[in-house]
Amino acid sequence: MIAIIDYGMGNLKSVFNAFKLVSPETDIKVTSNSVDIKNAHHVVFPGQGAMPDCIRELDQRNLRDSVIEAANTKPFLGICIGLQMLFDKSEEGNVTGLGLLNGTIKRFNNKDTADENGHKLKIPHMGWNEVLQKNKHPLWRNINNQDRFYFVHSYYLESKDESIVTAETLYAQKFCCAIAKDNIFAVQFHPEKSSLAGLQLIKNFVQWSV
Amino acid sequence: MSLAKRIIPCLDVTDGRVVKGINFLELKDAGDPVEIAKKYNEQGADELAFLDITASSDNRGQIFHIIENVAKEVFIPLTVGGGVRTSEDVRNLLNAGADKVSINTSAIVNPDIVYQTSSRFGSQCIVVAIDAKFTVQGNKSFWQVFTHGGRNATGLDAVEWAEKIAALGAGELLITSMDRDGTKKGFDLELIKAISDKVDVPIIASGGVGDLQHLVDGVKIGGADAVLAASIFHYGEYTINEAKIFMKSNHIEIRL
Repeated sequence: MIAIIDYGMGNLKSVFNAFKLVSPETDIKVTSNSVDIKNAHHVVFPGQGAMPDCIRELDQRNLRDSVIEAANTKPFLGICIGLQMLFDKSEEGNVTGLGLLNGTIKRFNNKDTADENGHKLKIPHMGWNEVLQKNKHPLWRNINNQDRFYFVHSYYLESKDESIVTAETLYAQKFCCAIAKDNIFAVQFHPEKSSLAGLQLIKNFVQWSV
Repeated sequence: MSLAKRIIPCLDVTDGRVVKGINFLELKDAGDPVEIAKKYNEQGADELAFLDITASSDNRGQIFHIIENVAKEVFIPLTVGGGVRTSEDVRNLLNAGADKVSINTSAIVNPDIVYQTSSRFGSQCIVVAIDAKFTVQGNKSFWQVFTHGGRNATGLDAVEWAEKIAALGAGELLITSMDRDGTKKGFDLELIKAISDKVDVPIIASGGVGDLQHLVDGVKIGGADAVLAASIFHYGEYTINEAKIFMKSNHIEIRL
């Protein structure tokens, strides 16, 4: 069974639909039950909205330990705030994250930024941007380097550990848009909204064994 | 910059069907929303916008079924607007599978809804739609905000209103020029640029697209982050892919 962790922040139907499309035979559960997370062979940790709210809702459902255990033991996919929460802390509300990985979540700064036409950087970073793969990984299989994925976020990861950065994206500055470490893979973009490239990444995750 | 500018086809939906307006009085059936959404997705649309123009409240629930069915087959962002009044309306549309909900009239009646919904669901899913018309009052001229599908003048200055709702938490603004809507003369570039220069959030330009150069101008001159069009795509004058190739040949970042 694949568990998509539901801690009450936003709708996970698109994530569910995408998994169901690429893997119709697999049992896929949107769940806030720690037993499901324990029994799952793959775990998806999505997230949207503000990180302080996400952490609070996660703790209200007593899911922190289940998430940490899954992230330490089996194929684990973090999406958007689900990536951000894995790290030490975020500038968003100065909140502490789960601390599984070393890094800080920072806000894009658009002071003194302008493109060639004089238009300043928009926040949130919203739309389709290129994902520059930095190394080989099973989750990049059949995905071209620089394929575009759909992003929507105002905060980004500044990783302390360069070796976990598996892809970067350019938005006024280069930032880390995907990390990989052991059984953890996490992305800032939304594969469930990234058309064919996104569905391929989800398929790769489903087929990933660690 | 490697972020692509977006092309967003807009589907007007009433009573469960996509319609094309021949003029404001005559609506012609244009087909099944799921099929049309799939077609635009295959052509390379970056997002889809649905505007629910169902007049009768009895049939308003159909939009939820449409969005649910589209979201099962089309994996790109879906924006839904039309008649959104309360926080519950927003929640129900998000639960049906919308990624963003567009609020128009009710944001003016009660601006607090923008703050409430963006705090509750995140700014990323709250789009505020602004319908504006160039207005001369005495020796003052400005773009005036209209509501109720363009019927009611509000007295509000569109640029000031845009700044206010961006500060209240809108994650994106959809700017429609009523002077240009349906004319095929191109966007009101001055309006788009005036707002884009003043706010930090992404801007979708809408109203008046008649050819592909208009899309280029919306981005290059207006500073829009996304361009929305209906009729040039519905009537098959251009495919979305053709529009993207043309924009790319004009040195605009595009997802192909």
